[in-house]
Amino acid sequence: MSSPLLWYATRATGIVALVLLTATTVLGILTANRVATRSWPGFAQQDLHRRVSMTAMVFLAAHVVTAVMDTFVHIGWAAVVVPFASSYKRFWVAVGAVGLDLLLAVFVTSIVRHRVPARLWRAVHWLAYGSWPVALAHAFGMGTDMGTSWVMYLSVGCIVAVLGAATWRLALDRSRRQRTLAYPSVRNRPEGIPVKHLSA
Amino acid sequence: MPPSPATLTADPVTTALAPGHDRPGAGATLLGAHHAGYGADLAGHLAYHGQLPLPRAGDTGWPERLAECVEASGLTGRGGAGFPSSTKLRSVGVAGGTLVVNAMEGEPASTKDKALLSCAPHLVLDGAQLTASAMSAARIVVCVADDDHHSARMISYAMAERSGTAASPVATTVARPPAAYVAGEESALVSWLDGGPGVPTFRPVKGMPLSARRRRALVHNAETLAHVALIARHGPGTFRSTGSADAPGTTLVTITGGVARPGVYEIPLGARLEHVIARARPTDAVQAVLTGGFGGSWLPAAALGTPYAPKPMAAAGGVLGAGVLVVLPRNACGITETARVAHYMAGQSAGQCGPCVFGLPALARDLSDVADGTADGTTLRRLDERLTAVSGRGACRHPDGVARMVHSALTVFAGDVATHVRGTPCAHRARPSMLPPQTACRRGPA
Amino acid sequence: MTSITVDPVACAAYGYCAELLPELVTLDEWGYPVVDGAPVAPTLVALARRAAIACPRRAFLVDESPDQAGRGRARSPAGR
Repeated sequence: MSSPLLWYATRATGIVALVLLTATTVLGILTANRVATRSWPGFAQQDLHRRVSMTAMVFLAAHVVTAVMDTFVHIGWAAVVVPFASSYKRFWVAVGAVGLDLLLAVFVTSIVRHRVPARLWRAVHWLAYGSWPVALAHAFGMGTDMGTSWVMYLSVGCIVAVLGAATWRLALDRSRRQRTLAYPSVRNRPEGIPVKHLSA
Repeated sequence: MPPSPATLTADPVTTALAPGHDRPGAGATLLGAHHAGYGADLAGHLAYHGQLPLPRAGDTGWPERLAECVEASGLTGRGGAGFPSSTKLRSVGVAGGTLVVNAMEGEPASTKDKALLSCAPHLVLDGAQLTASAMSAARIVVCVADDDHHSARMISYAMAERSGTAASPVATTVARPPAAYVAGEESALVSWLDGGPGVPTFRPVKGMPLSARRRRALVHNAETLAHVALIARHGPGTFRSTGSADAPGTTLVTITGGVARPGVYEIPLGARLEHVIARARPTDAVQAVLTGGFGGSWLPAAALGTPYAPKPMAAAGGVLGAGVLVVLPRNACGITETARVAHYMAGQSAGQCGPCVFGLPALARDLSDVADGTADGTTLRRLDERLTAVSGRGACRHPDGVARMVHSALTVFAGDVATHVRGTPCAHRARPSMLPPQTACRRGPA
Repeated sequence: MTSITVDPVACAAYGYCAELLPELVTLDEWGYPVVDGAPVAPTLVALARRAAIACPRRAFLVDESPDQAGRGRARSPAGR
C-alpha cells in the first residue's frame, strides 16, 4: 500500500530514532565515565541508557516497517538487513541496513548479557560505537529532510553531543590511567581503570 | 645477605637443642645425608636412605596404609598453611590428575626449598612418587621459579637419574613459572600450569578443587613431600621421636638478618626460638625476629622463649609460615625494615583486587612516613583503618599477610612508633637493611 | 539463607551495588565494596538480585542456595 502517511511516518520515526540513538550513545559514554552523584547514581545512568536504547529500537522498528510497507518505492524485507538488496537508493539504504545489523547484534547480546561470555558482550557493544555514525550517514545520505533547517540543526546537535561526550571520556580516561600507573602493580585490566575516585 | 645453598651450616643436625629431645635416628632427617657427607645423587641417596618402598602392582590397600602411616606421624604441611598431610593424601578425585610439587619459594628471605633441592632432591622426588602413587595421579610437575636455575638443574639431574628405573613409576616433569611472590600460591600455580596467567584465582568456596588441563591438581610443598619419603621408609615412630608431642618431626628454617652464620637449618619442632636462632650466632642482642616470612609477624625479644611450633608460636603472636626467621639486632630500626617489606609486598601484588592494589602502597607510604618522622596521629589512625580494610577482601591472602606483619610491627615497635610520631626520625634508618636485596631502597610506588 | 559475596578479581569499583544496597554494602576509600557476609534480610533479596544483574563485571554474587553445613556456593547472576 502506498500512502503519504506511511512516508511521513518513516521519516518522522527515522529522525526520532536518530535522536534517541544519539541520546543512547551519549548516556552510554556518561555511564562509562563513571562519574556518579547522589542524584545521578551509576546504576540509574545505566538503567536510563538501557531504557532509552529500548525506545530507540522501537522507533527504529517502526521506521523500518513503515519503509517496507510503503510500496511507493520498493524496499523489500531483505533490504532491511541485507545491504544492497534494495533498488531504491541502493547505497544509502544499504548503509541503513548495516547500522541496523550492528544494532541488532548489540540488542540481542544485551538482552542476554549475563548468559554470554563477558568478552563477547564487550566486543559486540563496542560495535555500537560504529552504528551511530552509520545511522547518521544513512540519514544524511537518504537526504529526504536534510534540506529543512531544523532537521539540519538537530543533526548537527547530535554530532556535537556525541563528540563532546567522547572528548570528555577520552580526557578522563587519560588522567585516570596516568594516576593508576603510579601504583606498582596495576596490570592490564579490560578497562584500564580499576577505580573511579583515587585518593592519596 | 641471603645465603646460597652451598653455605649451609656444618653443624650436625643431631645436636640436641632442648632437654628431652632424643637424637633423631640415622637417616630420619632431611639434611642428614648431606651432613654425613653422602652425595646428593641417586647412588648417595640410596646408600644413606635405602630403597624407596613403592607399592607392588595390585596392592590396593597400600594408599590407605601410607595415609595411616602419615597420619600417625602427625605430619603437617610445611608450606605455611600447616594442613594435616594425611588428609590431603586421602583426597579423592585426583586419579589421572596432576601432583604439583611447589618448590617456588616466593619468600625472598627463604632458601629452604633451594637447600632441599640442592642437598636432597631425591627425597623430594621420592615423596612425590609415593604421594602420586597413593592418589593415582597420572603425572608429577615440579615447579621451580624461572630465576632459580640451580634448583632446576639439580632436580632435572635427579629426575634424569631416576627416569626409566623402578624409582619413577609416575612421569615427572619440571615447570618454570615466573618468579613472583604470589606465583607460588596454590591457585596461581595451577592457573599457570593450565596456561593462564600465574595469578591467584577467586575461590568463593575455600575447599574448591583446583584443576589443570581439566583434571584435578593437588599442590604439595616440596619439604612436606620429603618428610613423607622419610616417614614411609622409617615409620611414624621415628618421625615422632623428634619434635614435641603436639608438633612432631623436624622442619627447615632459614635464619638471616643480624647473624654471623645465615643459612638453612633443620630443627626439631618445639625447640625454643632462642635456641633455634642461637645456631646462627646472632651478632648482637636480638631486638625482634620476623617470623614466617614477609607476610608473617614480628616477635619481640621477650617472646624468644616460645617453642617453635604452630600452636605456641601462634599464641605468642608469631607465625611458622615458610620457616623464615629474620633477626633484627639491637641497633636497627624495625619500622624502617617493615616499611621496606611493605613497599616490596605492594609491588608484588598481582594487581587484580582493588584493596590490595591501592591499600598496600598506602600502608607502605604511611609506614615510611612514620620511619621518617613525618607522620602524626592521623597517620596511625589511618594505618589502623587500612589494616582492617585490606584484610579478607582479596582473591588470596597476600594483603592479609602484609596487614598481619604491619600490625605486629606496630605492636612490637610501639615505643619506636611513639618516638617517630613525635617528630624524631629513626637514628638507625640509614643502617644497611637486614632483609634480602630485593627489598632494598624501595620508597614510593615504583 | 541468602548471602552475598563480591568477586574481588572481577570487581572494578563501579559502585552500583553500594548505590542499590546501602544497607548491606559500603565502599572503602578506593571505591571498592565492603560486604560483611551476613545473611540478607528477605526484604532486601530482590534488591540484591537487582544489584547482581546491574553489576557490569558480574562481580556481585548472590547465593540463594539452601544452606548446606554453612557453606553455600556463590553463583553468577545467570546461575551458571
